Amino acid sequence: MDKKFNIGQKLVASPYIVWVAVFVVVPLLMVAYFAFFGDEGKFTLEYIKSVGQYSDIFIRSIWMAAVATIICLLISYPLAFILSRMSKKTQSTMLMIVMLPMWMNFLLRTYAWMTLLGNEGLINHLLGMIGLGPFKMLNTVGAVILGMIYNYLPYMILPLYSVMEKIDPSVLEAASDLGCNRIKAMFRVVVPLSIPGIMSGITMVFVPAISTFIISRMLGGGGNMLIGDLIEMQFLGNAYNPNLGAAISLVLMVIVLIIMAAMHQLDSSDDDRVLL
Amino acid sequence: MKKLSKLYVSLVLLFLYVPIFVMIVFSFNTTKSRSVLSGFTLEWYAKLFENELILKSLGNTIIIAVCASIISTLLGTLAAIGISRMGKFGKATVLGINNIPIINPEIVTGVSLMLLFVFFKARMSMEFGFTTLLIAHITFDVPYVVLNVMPKFRQMTPHIYEAAQDLGCGPFKSFIKVVLPEIMPGIISGFLMAFTFSLDDFVISYFTSGPTSQTLPITIYSMTRRKVSPEINALSTIIFVVVVIVLVVKNIMERRSLNVKKYADDDSAEIIE
Repeated sequence: MDKKFNIGQKLVASPYIVWVAVFVVVPLLMVAYFAFFGDEGKFTLEYIKSVGQYSDIFIRSIWMAAVATIICLLISYPLAFILSRMSKKTQSTMLMIVMLPMWMNFLLRTYAWMTLLGNEGLINHLLGMIGLGPFKMLNTVGAVILGMIYNYLPYMILPLYSVMEKIDPSVLEAASDLGCNRIKAMFRVVVPLSIPGIMSGITMVFVPAISTFIISRMLGGGGNMLIGDLIEMQFLGNAYNPNLGAAISLVLMVIVLIIMAAMHQLDSSDDDRVLL
Repeated sequence: MKKLSKLYVSLVLLFLYVPIFVMIVFSFNTTKSRSVLSGFTLEWYAKLFENELILKSLGNTIIIAVCASIISTLLGTLAAIGISRMGKFGKATVLGINNIPIINPEIVTGVSLMLLFVFFKARMSMEFGFTTLLIAHITFDVPYVVLNVMPKFRQMTPHIYEAAQDLGCGPFKSFIKVVLPEIMPGIISGFLMAFTFSLDDFVISYFTSGPTSQTLPITIYSMTRRKVSPEINALSTIIFVVVVIVLVVKNIMERRSLNVKKYADDDSAEIIE
């Protein structure tokens, strides 16, 4: 191939490289700068240290996101398996039906639960008709976790389904011919083959769940603040303090990277990654 | 077992759809109540179409999504061409950086761009508004275009480009005639992905838009802050109907093109026979 043209072809990437450098790399460096340097440009660990004050919020975010992720996995796993064993035509229709709610903005989906769970909402109204309640459901930890599950469930179903769809039915037949019952075949054949899907599902639910700030605000009231709310308050809220906000963002990024690295480690067959 | 499976699938679908259907039903309710149906009305829809803020932000959303997805498709396709010619190390580095906006929590991307724009504002008096929003959208759209176009280069037979040149096409002409048609499906799916992400984005827009350039998700957010507003139910219903129509049309078109392909394959099989 013409060598000159080959260099020319490499150069066509330069607008993109400049773009990414200015709008991805530089902003992240600014986050790091704000986290470590005060107003006078002096190096300080003060902001990183003061993140420690909010350890309760960090712990709450991590466990709520973890609970939501586990429940998503438990709900999605059987569903994805059932879908993957349907006829090809039904599969594509069912998949469309499962993914459809995801195409609506998550604010609208979360708002739907606000109206359902409220003290004067439909659920309490229906319970009232059989003489129960009203129960306080909105502005609780449970409501926030429910909102996370409802919003991110499709992110778990999709990667699980796409690995299970590739499992040949004859493999399962072979397992039963060799004396496995259904449950045993599930744990000894399907689960090991679907590990990559489980790992990417966990990442795709956990990362948005731990960093959300709207779901907690809409369904959790003021009392269930998460890391996302804390960051938002430092930049757009009353507590304006971009240095602290940057430090919290940095810690959040580190947590996310650790989780992703751990998932990557557990998933040894990483040549067939399922992204989206 | 079959019955149990069906029951399970129905339960999950019920969980996914009941909240949406409740919103749809209550969008026709005469009172603001969230639990008692008292009569049928289209009042909330009428109010929605009179609401200038919503119409304006819908317009903003579409303009931003169109501009951002076109620019990021151009930028990303050119990038994919260049990256596919790079050495192993260069490729890995660029693709690694390309993944940052995808794996980073949205709020961190939003906050980091906000810090940059605050700096721009102080130094170059660039206000938060259309430009900052557009830059932010392009920034989170481009990685998806690159990821959609790159595999097409891997699937392409590397020699057809050289063959075109051997047969007398110049480098540019052989690119247009041979390479572009091969990577076109990736470009289109990248564009569509960028477009839908731009339409739907809230978190990053929230940190990078100004008062003059509010998008629909931001307006929806400020509406949900108010206690009760049945207009949101009406808006959700309209969006739901649009989504259903788009997805059904897309599904039908995909099936058709699949059938056409099948027939074409059958034909070629017959010829071989």
